[in-house]
Amino acid sequence: MTDTTLQTPAERGLLPLPAAVARPLIAVGAVGTIASAFMSWTWTPDFPGNLTIYGYPAGLQILALVAGALTLLYVLALWRVKGLGWLNPSGATSPVLLTGLSAFAVCWFTGIAIAVDLGGLVNLDPGAYVAMVASALPVIGALALPHPAPGTGLKGYLTKPEQPRPGTLSPLAERAVVTVGTALGLVVFTYGIGINDDDSETFIGFLLVVIFAAWGLLHSGLLDRYSVMSTRHKGFAAALAFVAAVIFPFTQSDDHNANIGVNILIFATVALGLNIVVGLTGLLDLGYVAFLGVGAYAAALVSGSEYSPLQVQFPFWAAALTGMAASLVFGVLIGGPTLRLRGDYLAIVTLGFGEIFRITVNNLDGDSGPNVTRGPNGITQIPDIKLFGFNLGDAHTFGSFTLGRFANYLFLMLIVTAIVVLVFTRAADSRIGRSWIAIREDETAATAMGINGFRVKLIAFALGASLAGLAGTVMAHVNYSVNPQPYQFAGAAPPNSAFLLAAVVLGGMGTVSGPLLGASLLYLIPEKLQFMQNYELLAFGVALILLMRFRPEGIIANRRRKLEFHETGQLDVPAQTTLSDDAAVTKAGA
Amino acid sequence: MRFGGLTAVRSVDFTVNSGEIVGLIGPNGAGKTTFFNCLTGLYVPTEGTVAYQGKVLPPKPHLVTQAGIARTFQNIRLFANMTVLENVLVGRHTRTKEGLWSALLRGPGFRKAERDSEARAMELLEFVGLAGKREHLARNLPYGEQRKLEIARALASEPGLLLLDEPTAGMNPQETRATEELVFAIRDKGIAVLVIEHDMRFIFNLCDRVAVLVQGEKLIEGTSEVVQADERVVAAYLGEPFEGEPGAAEAAEVEAAEAGATRAEGRETAEAEAERPETAEAEAAGSADSTEGEAQ
Repeated sequence: MTDTTLQTPAERGLLPLPAAVARPLIAVGAVGTIASAFMSWTWTPDFPGNLTIYGYPAGLQILALVAGALTLLYVLALWRVKGLGWLNPSGATSPVLLTGLSAFAVCWFTGIAIAVDLGGLVNLDPGAYVAMVASALPVIGALALPHPAPGTGLKGYLTKPEQPRPGTLSPLAERAVVTVGTALGLVVFTYGIGINDDDSETFIGFLLVVIFAAWGLLHSGLLDRYSVMSTRHKGFAAALAFVAAVIFPFTQSDDHNANIGVNILIFATVALGLNIVVGLTGLLDLGYVAFLGVGAYAAALVSGSEYSPLQVQFPFWAAALTGMAASLVFGVLIGGPTLRLRGDYLAIVTLGFGEIFRITVNNLDGDSGPNVTRGPNGITQIPDIKLFGFNLGDAHTFGSFTLGRFANYLFLMLIVTAIVVLVFTRAADSRIGRSWIAIREDETAATAMGINGFRVKLIAFALGASLAGLAGTVMAHVNYSVNPQPYQFAGAAPPNSAFLLAAVVLGGMGTVSGPLLGASLLYLIPEKLQFMQNYELLAFGVALILLMRFRPEGIIANRRRKLEFHETGQLDVPAQTTLSDDAAVTKAGA
Repeated sequence: MRFGGLTAVRSVDFTVNSGEIVGLIGPNGAGKTTFFNCLTGLYVPTEGTVAYQGKVLPPKPHLVTQAGIARTFQNIRLFANMTVLENVLVGRHTRTKEGLWSALLRGPGFRKAERDSEARAMELLEFVGLAGKREHLARNLPYGEQRKLEIARALASEPGLLLLDEPTAGMNPQETRATEELVFAIRDKGIAVLVIEHDMRFIFNLCDRVAVLVQGEKLIEGTSEVVQADERVVAAYLGEPFEGEPGAAEAAEVEAAEAGATRAEGRETAEAEAERPETAEAEAAGSADSTEGEAQ
């Protein structure tokens, strides 16, 4: 790794402290934060995560430890300690400030939460005071360090620094980096999902650390480099992500977390299907969850449940095909008349369709209509899937690992997700995918280029619908039952159309990883923060507004959309000699 | 072509032969772009038909392109957030067949088709001089190159007749000259070109034949010399000459009015003029038109 020089020191920082004092201050603070994690923060184990034990960090203390360690690493990198230059190639101050803020946020949040939850400062043990004081030092220190854009106040510290051109790594080393990155991702995800549902405080702390640390990593340029590497080894990165997802159930002793995992995967898969319709083709579909419902109901009807009016039991592959076919038919039925419309009309019609589906299913109960769906009671007691002699409902033991019911379904759902990811990427990068994007960009020009707009849009709509239907077939079995309640436009719990759309927009339209990440976040946050259930929709509304203001392209930006919203110039293409105008003239004239 | 009570294009009977460059001129609002839109199926003509190689074309844009007529737009309509190469590949849409299944299965046929398409697209980018910018986003190209890219995209559909709607609008003389060369090069490939343009030097340099459209009707059609000499054309652009000498008072009045207008409006005039053809289309209307584009 090349050691780069520090940015031209902009003589002074925001706080009047000499740099010679500020830097040790940060280091001391970081070490203090780490040390405090090994102390007792409160006297009673009533506070979530048991922070009472000396010498053994738990819950929020682990988070403080990680944040403190990151801060320490970054301040050492700023000090140009050998071997750490790669952490912060541009030598900017902002990563130190942001990682410092992550420690600060988690320590102060914990201190305040203890005082509020248990009723008074008296409940704080010395460890908590140490943590709060120590974690404040790096923030103060970082604010005193010079930053690249002097005279801009606090904003200057948060401007993303220009990155020097990174040195090249051998392909093998890059793959190793991608592997380590995936492993880290798995650890972070597993930790987050493993937080007890009652420990809302710990989960908030987790979110604080992850957000600030990710922000810091972004500013240090590491995330950009990582994404360049993983796009270069796309297949390898995808395979690794799959392996990581397969490993996940083995790390869990409790089937409950596997249940969360299955639901995330279902939600994410459906979001990815929606991404074809919304992200690639630009058709706003507000009733997409109905296709999930069609698939789920179709699978339930042929599942052999005694409450299903059709007393047939299809093998799973046939049920999956039935679900897909049913959704496909509905997709074509809805799309056929409406896809000739442009823009808002389609949104309104799909919104209507979503509601019609739910109301119809509610009414097909034998009283108001023929008995197909048993109305609000739904079809229950759906038997478990049997695949290759395995009953997915039973726990299976592999060596020392026991995989419960939900872990089995997690594996099945992983295969489904992999199929959907494959369909998405292959379709997007082809003649048909290009025509979808062309339609999104300019429908008139696209038709003038020979694209049959209606046909191509119908294919996108039908494909999206059938992928949702496929996910629905698994969902019916995972939940033992189907009922009309979840298939609405907006509601407190996923899946519903608004959440799916939010997952796509929040994660990043037109990308694969965006909706996966968006869906995970949107599922996990309400799951872990049960106390906010009543304010959930409000919170999501606020979150979406903030996101649209500060990062309209979503968390993971499609390279196109990144350019669309932030005029930064060209794609990251290797420097090429562009033909001059004169050369062009001769070429054309030749 | 009628819009409500207004006839935008009426009884225009018009033929383009293969290997020919034909110009279509006329004052703003004459119905030139409307005529183009009728030809390419963007508007359904109220009366009349478009025939290509003897076959009558249905008024559906994608079928027209499929048949072999490609076009560019007066106000550039590229796929702004696609790369230069992808734009041209979209143009290949009608000449390739790979559907969803082959895209998902990725058989050898699919890969070959993609490779061929890409090679053909690169050839075209080479032809217009944009090969070095294949990975740039279309929206980031300078104006002149966007025009070129639009032509390359149209050529990608392997047309027999290319319709260019004001290809040199907003270009400097050098760029106009380059475009001229480009159009000749396209003609040399055996593609007939029908071009709308306001730059008369460009038109008369380029075209074998020129047709003049005034208020939706074809005034005259012929070689450059014939058209340039025609009094009615001059009148359509500049107005009728006065009968006899204008009185001194009238002349002064006109001058004063003109001076005032120039001062007051200045820049707006230019903008208004640029937009007028479209406004006219929307409001103009009329009775019928029989458009006949014929090539080869």
